Amino acid sequence: MSGGLLLGGALGVPLAAALGVLLLARYPNRREALTLVAGAVLFGLVLLITSVEAPPTLVLAEPVPGLALTLTVEPLGALFALVASFLWPVTTLYAIGYMRSHGEGHQTRFYCAFALAIAATLGIALAGNLFTLFVFYELLTLSTYPLVTHSGSDEARRAGRLYLGMLMSSSIGLLLLALIWTWHLTGTLTFTKGGIFPPGIGDGVLSLLLLLYVLGTAKAALMPLHRWLPAAMVAPTPVSALLHAVAVVKAGVFTVLKVAVYIFGLERLGGLLAAELLAYLAGFSILAASLVAITCDNLKARLAYSTVSQLGYIVMGAMLGVSAGVAGASLHVAMHAFAKITLFFCAGAVLVATRRRRVSELDGLGRQMPLTMGAFLVGALSIVGLPPFGGTWSKWLLLQGTLDSGLWVLTAVLWVSSLLNIGYLVVIPVRAFFCAPAEPAAVGVREAPGACLLALLLTATVCVLLFFLPGPFYRLSEAIL
Amino acid sequence: MNAPGPLAVLVVIMPLLAAPLCVLIGRIAVARWLALLVGWASAAMALTLLAVVEANGPLSYALGDWAPPWGIEYRLDRLGSYVLLIVTLITALVFSFAPRSVDREIPEGRQIPFYSALLLAAAGLNGIVVTGDAFNLFVFLEISSLASYALISQGYDRRALYASFRYLMMGTIGATFILIGIGFLYMMTGTLNMQDLAQRLPAVFDTRTVRAGFAFLTVGIGLKLAIFPLHLWLPNAYAFAPAVVSALLAATSTKVAVYVMLRFTYDVFGQEFAFVRMPLGSILMLLGAVGIVSASLVAVFQDNVKRMLAYSSVAQLGYMALAMGLANRTGVTAALLHLFNHALMKGALFLALGALSYRVGTLRIGSLAGLGRRMPWSSAALVIGGLSLVGVPPTAGFISKWYLILGALESGWWPLALLILAGSLLALVYVWRLVEAAYFARPLPGPTEVSEAPLTLLLPVWALVLANLYFGLNTSLTVGIAQRAAAQLTGAGP
Repeated sequence: MSGGLLLGGALGVPLAAALGVLLLARYPNRREALTLVAGAVLFGLVLLITSVEAPPTLVLAEPVPGLALTLTVEPLGALFALVASFLWPVTTLYAIGYMRSHGEGHQTRFYCAFALAIAATLGIALAGNLFTLFVFYELLTLSTYPLVTHSGSDEARRAGRLYLGMLMSSSIGLLLLALIWTWHLTGTLTFTKGGIFPPGIGDGVLSLLLLLYVLGTAKAALMPLHRWLPAAMVAPTPVSALLHAVAVVKAGVFTVLKVAVYIFGLERLGGLLAAELLAYLAGFSILAASLVAITCDNLKARLAYSTVSQLGYIVMGAMLGVSAGVAGASLHVAMHAFAKITLFFCAGAVLVATRRRRVSELDGLGRQMPLTMGAFLVGALSIVGLPPFGGTWSKWLLLQGTLDSGLWVLTAVLWVSSLLNIGYLVVIPVRAFFCAPAEPAAVGVREAPGACLLALLLTATVCVLLFFLPGPFYRLSEAIL
Repeated sequence: MNAPGPLAVLVVIMPLLAAPLCVLIGRIAVARWLALLVGWASAAMALTLLAVVEANGPLSYALGDWAPPWGIEYRLDRLGSYVLLIVTLITALVFSFAPRSVDREIPEGRQIPFYSALLLAAAGLNGIVVTGDAFNLFVFLEISSLASYALISQGYDRRALYASFRYLMMGTIGATFILIGIGFLYMMTGTLNMQDLAQRLPAVFDTRTVRAGFAFLTVGIGLKLAIFPLHLWLPNAYAFAPAVVSALLAATSTKVAVYVMLRFTYDVFGQEFAFVRMPLGSILMLLGAVGIVSASLVAVFQDNVKRMLAYSSVAQLGYMALAMGLANRTGVTAALLHLFNHALMKGALFLALGALSYRVGTLRIGSLAGLGRRMPWSSAALVIGGLSLVGVPPTAGFISKWYLILGALESGWWPLALLILAGSLLALVYVWRLVEAAYFARPLPGPTEVSEAPLTLLLPVWALVLANLYFGLNTSLTVGIAQRAAAQLTGAGP
């Protein structure tokens, strides 16, 4: 099979799945089986794509002369595509258990929009130039909107407004401007190693452009552009898990990484004042979001703020302008994805099994839901960055990056943040196992449905595996530069 | 005389003759079919003409064999054939949409004259684009305008009469200004042929008469173009006109006015006169900018959906004015692109509204409640058309925005780039009001169960919706021709 066909398939499979879901609206079992199969096929395709020797290229259309919608594959994109396509079937498995036992309506719309969002995510991961990336970035916003507003309640509608408003106004107002400006200056938007700006362009212009790029990518949820993420937590848990801990937010930081590495080039980036400023802003975001997370009693909101904090790591890594920073940041894309999706799966499992949403209600739950809480502990420790969990490696590299770049304040930020993580994440399973229940335990509380449990145990296992076998992801993150 | 010359005449003559024929035959069915036939035949001819012009260069046809500049010349160059194509295509689609919609909105006794007025409007619009004679252009402008006044007054709301009257007043002032302008030019040069004018005018550029003529023409065309602040006639005219008429006017008539503006400023007077000797560039940019912001803001607060889209049209015309004012090649390309793409999106939107109002009557924001589920196809068309209006990729609107911003950056006017983006965001706000109303608001309690619009209405709507997507991905037709036409106009290319 030719490489171009594979790339087309990576977009085509989820699109076809979306269509199939619509056609099978009346047969829930077949509809969900189709989504699962599509997920497995897609993961297989992405594996094939990333293993092809010569990177294939596929031109979809050429809307502006000289500027085509192009798909191709490079290490960073391969990493993102692998993570997203692996987690899609896992999340589908989880969603089948969750959506049914939670009695959610409009499930056809849900699975259809989900498949569309995955297609857009793959488009972002495999984009051959910034223009393609932007197009799929916008499509991802639009396709996730019906998922955020899934319940149709007033709260969901408000959240949807904030979601769309923040994401689109920043991407249209700033990112698009940066894009067209870059095109005007250089006449190309193709991702190129070492950047595309000729030496003649001044640092002032580049600094301004970098600010436009990073602040225009609100999906990266850098404070103060993070408000949409906690708001989006009104969505069903599978959406929060895959899209708002992995696909959408990672699309944001992925964009930042791509811009840093392939548009500016690390050498150029390292010398810019704006890059240093943004690194500090990311440091602020890491700490501030952690502090907010401590005050959140709603479990999903706490996880959302933790995500904001963790995304700050990646943006910071990208802005450091050193190779260890980029490697750490890209590795963190994968590590954080597996850890955070585990945490969200657990939060959803608790919700389904006990209808509890608050952290304060979880004391003593470890006895009734040992597997769920055990998985939560694994995810939390991986986010803290303790061995033997995957998060160790990315944090290690990021720390090294801050030292390499000489921004020792940020080294301190990383340490403090790790301590804070223990304080607001690890404490939850610990209290669940060791504290007495705050209220008399509800009778008959048991583990969540098998499908949910299977999914969360799977991702927790991967968190452990990634400590011992970080090789595949590590090699990709090394190969970026 | 080129072989396909008569086609350029036929696109005018056919609807012009069909109009009285409708009345003479006096059967509604015949009128419908005649309109449909003429509409699609014109579109086919426009397509042929475009191909011919692209291959062989401009074609000219001397009416009655009176050689130009003495006789009236019909002349089609790239710009003309491009505008003719979009105008005839939209007209054909609107005519296909018309039968069901007109049945619903116009009493049976008035349907035949209604069709005949539609055909007259089409004849006028086509005529403006094909003619190479300034006075002839004025005549066609009046034909289409008079037909429009009559058409607007047929709206079922009584306020349509007032809206039509107001348009009549403003439109007549505009037409008079245009006539005065053309008269001044004739006084100074003794010719009405546009090509001839373009050659003779430079000799008399320094006279006050020519300058006054230029000013009269600009203001007159500006009125027809509904450029801010000369737009006051437009919102009510679009809001209270029958659905078919709103779609036709929004998608074609203001576009033709943009064409006239381009023709006079870039071709007849020439860029040097309009933008260097005269301050047209800054005037257009300023008015365009103010128009974009103010009209978009007003649109956000409209309750009547058609009025909202009408104000949005004023804002979109602001984009075109601004792009023309940039006076560089990318700017003109952007104006031409937006002319084409905006016709597609507003055509789609107004026809989608027509399909919705076919079932629910007057369209207030509140009456859209629950339609997302009950009329999924019409509502989805509204959403996609709206996204194109905002300029979300991969719709046609995105391509226009891309070139608009590029044009602004190329000319060094980067604040205008910000303004264009701000306008997009305002569009997002008002489009999303529609989306939330259609998909989230609880349906109003009512006895009538609303169902999807009939297929004959949905087909033209979706043809335009798909065109919005197609021309967002494959732009070899639009961008290609717009760039070449812009090169021709700005004198940078063949």
